[in-house]
Amino acid sequence: MAVLLIAEHNNKELRPFTLNAATAASQIDTEVHAVIIGQNSENAAKKLSELPVVKKVISIEAPHYENFTAENFAPAIVKLAENYSHIVCSANTFGKNLMPRVAAHLDTSQVSDIIKVISPDTFLRPIYAGNAFATVKTNDAKKCVTIRPTSFEPCESSGGTATIEKGEAGEEFSNTKFIKREEIKSDRPELGTARIVVSGGRGMQSGDNFKLITEVADKLGAAIGASRAAVDAGYISNDHQVGQTGKVVVPDLYIAIGISGAIQHLAGMKESKVIVAINKDGEAPIFSVADYGLEADLFEALPQFMEELNKLNTIQK
Amino acid sequence: MKILVAVKRVIDYNVQIRVKEDGSGVVTDNVKMSTNPPDDNAIEEAVKIKETGKATEIVAITVGEEKAQETVRKALAVGADKGIHVKTEGVLEPLAVSKIIQKIVEKEKPDLVFMGKQAIDDDCNQTGQMLSALLNWPQATFASNIEVKDNSLEVTREIDEGLETVEINIPAIVTCDLRLNEPRYASLPNIMKAKKKPIEEINVSDLGIDITPRVQQLKVEEPPKRKAGIKVANVAELVQKLKNEAKVI
Repeated sequence: MAVLLIAEHNNKELRPFTLNAATAASQIDTEVHAVIIGQNSENAAKKLSELPVVKKVISIEAPHYENFTAENFAPAIVKLAENYSHIVCSANTFGKNLMPRVAAHLDTSQVSDIIKVISPDTFLRPIYAGNAFATVKTNDAKKCVTIRPTSFEPCESSGGTATIEKGEAGEEFSNTKFIKREEIKSDRPELGTARIVVSGGRGMQSGDNFKLITEVADKLGAAIGASRAAVDAGYISNDHQVGQTGKVVVPDLYIAIGISGAIQHLAGMKESKVIVAINKDGEAPIFSVADYGLEADLFEALPQFMEELNKLNTIQK
Repeated sequence: MKILVAVKRVIDYNVQIRVKEDGSGVVTDNVKMSTNPPDDNAIEEAVKIKETGKATEIVAITVGEEKAQETVRKALAVGADKGIHVKTEGVLEPLAVSKIIQKIVEKEKPDLVFMGKQAIDDDCNQTGQMLSALLNWPQATFASNIEVKDNSLEVTREIDEGLETVEINIPAIVTCDLRLNEPRYASLPNIMKAKKKPIEEINVSDLGIDITPRVQQLKVEEPPKRKAGIKVANVAELVQKLKNEAKVI
């Protein structure tokens, strides 16, 4: 039986992590079908059909799917599930919200946030904020799996010619009403997929001081991250949070500024290829994962960092 | 209005966990245990709602071995009125826990069920959503703000793109984010009073649910270690290393 991938999108375009989830799905079984549920989402459905790993697209549209409410989505997916051995989705807030609802309807024990497909029923997943890795084997006939997107490469996004089939919409769940979504728009790269991430912690001392981070990030073409302490203190909005319960990032370069390195923050960034830590406390745990540590006052180091970057002839983008 | 709050006993968030040498799991003997952090936020929110007069009773429930009851006792000390301990042994999966809580919901008939959005041990992030599916109730996950209305809640949810607001009709499930509130500490007199509050003990076998694990944990291992890094003397050296050694800028 084939694998059913649940596409994440914004009704116009696919969300980037759908491509990573597609890769994971194709490692479970080469027969990958993808379902896209939305409203006026033809364009995103078309994009989905162009992923070479996707063999068939099922597009389900209805007004009550416009805002991706899990209570509306789950029954539609459950109805499709009988034809599939696996149901797969990204373990971001979309998939985390939706998949357990699907799994419970199917009486399946979900496997969350896998980082590796060992075989179609056996997966590797981090536990305890990534301080241990568990190899788990699911004995359920139908398997609901969410994947950690940054642990899988995005699949090719063009060249595929999957057929697009219309699926049947389910009823509306009337006890949940979408009110609004406040998305923070930015010209910077997305935190989850950026090549470089510059993050600030409590050491930044104020929201205003984050402009020092912004300058460096703009110079490097980087996304801006933050520790939970910085978000809790109101220096920056929650969508920047990196950590166990925030976003997990694996950029080529992660620069942690004024971040002490609590276990839950390390969980979100310690797989980064190169880690830089700038902190005035030489004993801070962040230095234990840093490839390059600089023990310095960030308010002196950051202006110097800008100066040094300005001296470079070229900066990779 | 009655609020049921689910709490889980986990290894304290400050403990650096150790993997057992035989790969069978994580060392829990003689390790400090606490209430799962966002479950504390769930209790706090319920207590705050009761303080505004909008809730009349808070029931704290835990599922697990004998010592799990400590988490219920702590919830009673910060303001829950009564406790329920469903006694189980061995591995419990979120699906099993949600089925157990479903049974308790049918008996206790709460208007709201609160719990943390994720347990920091297995990091599954499933139980609230599963319970919500089993009951066919609305769910508001990852809540960072809750406003109680007449027959509904308006909940702000933390999502990857920013914030989302939904209105959910009661009865409903809310899973709580750490930013929802600042959990209070129990005062000594309240800890003493909590010792007199009732905790109902229920054996899971009396609920008639199959809680056999469906997922086998084959092996637990330490993640690959990062190789030790170096300290650089100054910013110029740092930039030079990033440019010429790591070649990332």
